[in-house]
Amino acid sequence: MDIIFSAFEILLRWDVLIALLIGSCGGVVIGAIPGVGPAVAIAIILPATFSLEPIVGLTLLLGIYGSAMYGGSIPAILINTPGTPVNALTTYDGFPMTQRGESRRALSLAYSASFFGGIFSIMCLIFLSPLLAYIAPMFGSREIFLAALLGIILVITAHRGHMFAAAMMASLGIFIQAIGMEPIKYSKRFTFDQSWLTGGLNLIVVVLGLFAISQAILLLVEKDKQAKAVKVTGGLFQGLKELGKHKRIATVSASFGVLMGMIPGVGEFTSQFLSYTYAQRSSKTPEKFGKGSTEGLVASEAANNAVPAAAMIPLLALGIPGEALTAMMLSVFYVHNVIPGPNLFQNHLDFVIALYISLLILNILVLIFLLFSTNSLLKVIEIPSRFLGMSILILSFVGVYSLRNSFTDCAVAAGFGIFGFILKRLDLPIVPIILGMVLGEIMEGKLRTSMMNVKSPIDFINRPITFILFALIIIVLLLQVRTMWKNLRKK
Amino acid sequence: MKNIKSGDLLFAILFFLISAFLISQLPEQVKWFKKTKITSQPALWCSIGLIGMTIFGFIHLLLKIRFDDLKKELIEGFIWIRSIEFACWFLLYVFLVPYIGYLLATCIIALCLSYRAGYRNKKILTYSLITALSIVLVFKTFLEVKIPGGVIYEFLPGALRSFMILNF
Repeated sequence: MDIIFSAFEILLRWDVLIALLIGSCGGVVIGAIPGVGPAVAIAIILPATFSLEPIVGLTLLLGIYGSAMYGGSIPAILINTPGTPVNALTTYDGFPMTQRGESRRALSLAYSASFFGGIFSIMCLIFLSPLLAYIAPMFGSREIFLAALLGIILVITAHRGHMFAAAMMASLGIFIQAIGMEPIKYSKRFTFDQSWLTGGLNLIVVVLGLFAISQAILLLVEKDKQAKAVKVTGGLFQGLKELGKHKRIATVSASFGVLMGMIPGVGEFTSQFLSYTYAQRSSKTPEKFGKGSTEGLVASEAANNAVPAAAMIPLLALGIPGEALTAMMLSVFYVHNVIPGPNLFQNHLDFVIALYISLLILNILVLIFLLFSTNSLLKVIEIPSRFLGMSILILSFVGVYSLRNSFTDCAVAAGFGIFGFILKRLDLPIVPIILGMVLGEIMEGKLRTSMMNVKSPIDFINRPITFILFALIIIVLLLQVRTMWKNLRKK
Repeated sequence: MKNIKSGDLLFAILFFLISAFLISQLPEQVKWFKKTKITSQPALWCSIGLIGMTIFGFIHLLLKIRFDDLKKELIEGFIWIRSIEFACWFLLYVFLVPYIGYLLATCIIALCLSYRAGYRNKKILTYSLITALSIVLVFKTFLEVKIPGGVIYEFLPGALRSFMILNF
């Protein structure tokens, strides 16, 4: 109980509350604009948070992360265009409901399901925290190395249809993080005698290039688009009542969200896929799925909104981000010398609980905001795409230049912007590059320290957790080989 | 063929060639230390990354090989080259800020980019100006993000000069 009070003490400050309010409302607006999304927004705002205290900066970023998917459901339902990539499944049933003249019902149900998913996930995590605090200290260098390795393998295998592309991008990320002066033996790696490469390539610069500048270029190069959304009339409270009819689907979907969110590299898409499939199979009217089924809508929204809170688990407990947004948040911790990992859970559980409570508050704030402002948000959906591109390009400048006032950083970011633009044009994955960079650095450091006490390869997996992680890696790889073999035989 | 887009082959070839070039530079660009465990070698993770890039890049290339429509590959390649223009706009913006200041540079670039994007009506151009001004106010004036004042501000009288350097 003391920990909970201590957590509230951390949170009850005007700057934290303002950050929460701006983050949650801003996240909804950003999510509602097709073509922006939380990754672009977080990448731009990230350097600005470095001057804030960790809890203030993190609540701001968490606000954007946790609320963008709420906003993303608005264009998904009203104009058949997902606001964030995660809302793609929402269009399947949300838009047909709008076509039937039930946009109000679809929106209110989506908000309610998202709210349920978010709250369910946070409650699970608050109750799981003591267990995590018990388990986290069992993770030493070897365990963290293997967990990071498992994470990178899962990120690659999760990209079905693009697995080899994901593997080459993750390898590229590992290579990029290794460029520059190596900190132990002070030997230069791939600097080509260029002084600007000696310090290596900054993660934030790469992130801004790959996510923000690339998106700006994409919007500016492609044809100008302007959506038209129909005004929603009437109140949006009925969804809260209607959700009661879908308790089972909402609970199972949110549970999938929690489970998948905790596994690095898996996240929203898998949880949505599993919950949607479950909802369809257990439904009395499976034929309605994809044609405006309320169950389908509840399944996809409850599952995707349960992920952000759960995705914080590997980040906070082990210091291992499972996807791009948590990888960006990791840099906020590093800037303030707060190292997430077993020690954070053991010694600063109040800080962790404070983050969970802030997620809880933001879900309530977002629901209230949405119930009263949906019609005003329709205006942001209608912003022309090239105008958005121009705005993102200007905003990207703040992100990159404010880091070190360096022209070189901006040139590097512009280079990665073009690279990201090409990847986006080809539908190739970008996230493995970022995770390759972050997890590559973790793996390099942890492998070096763990090998000091290891005499034979067997010693590496002689602890229970290392053995389990190693077994999981082997199982994932074998399953992947089996799937590939099956696909090959089918062809 | 499923899952193949215009430009896939071109990208796969370029990626593989760059990976192959980088891997050929391994002996010169990294150092292997004697009497040091392989796991502590500074060259290890560069090598892992490059080997991964080359092997997976090669498999990716094999999966994307097709010779039926090379013209489309080239057209896509030109679209990539066209994107350099907007990267140059970005760099021009970065170049201008230390000279003419954040506010003026942002307003000019916003207006020029909007014009370049095809917007000609006054309403959108005014919105561009308002957006530029809002961005400067939020980030420089309120959040006090570290962006240096422009050289141009040096020509302003005392109090106004420091006001502009601090806020815009």
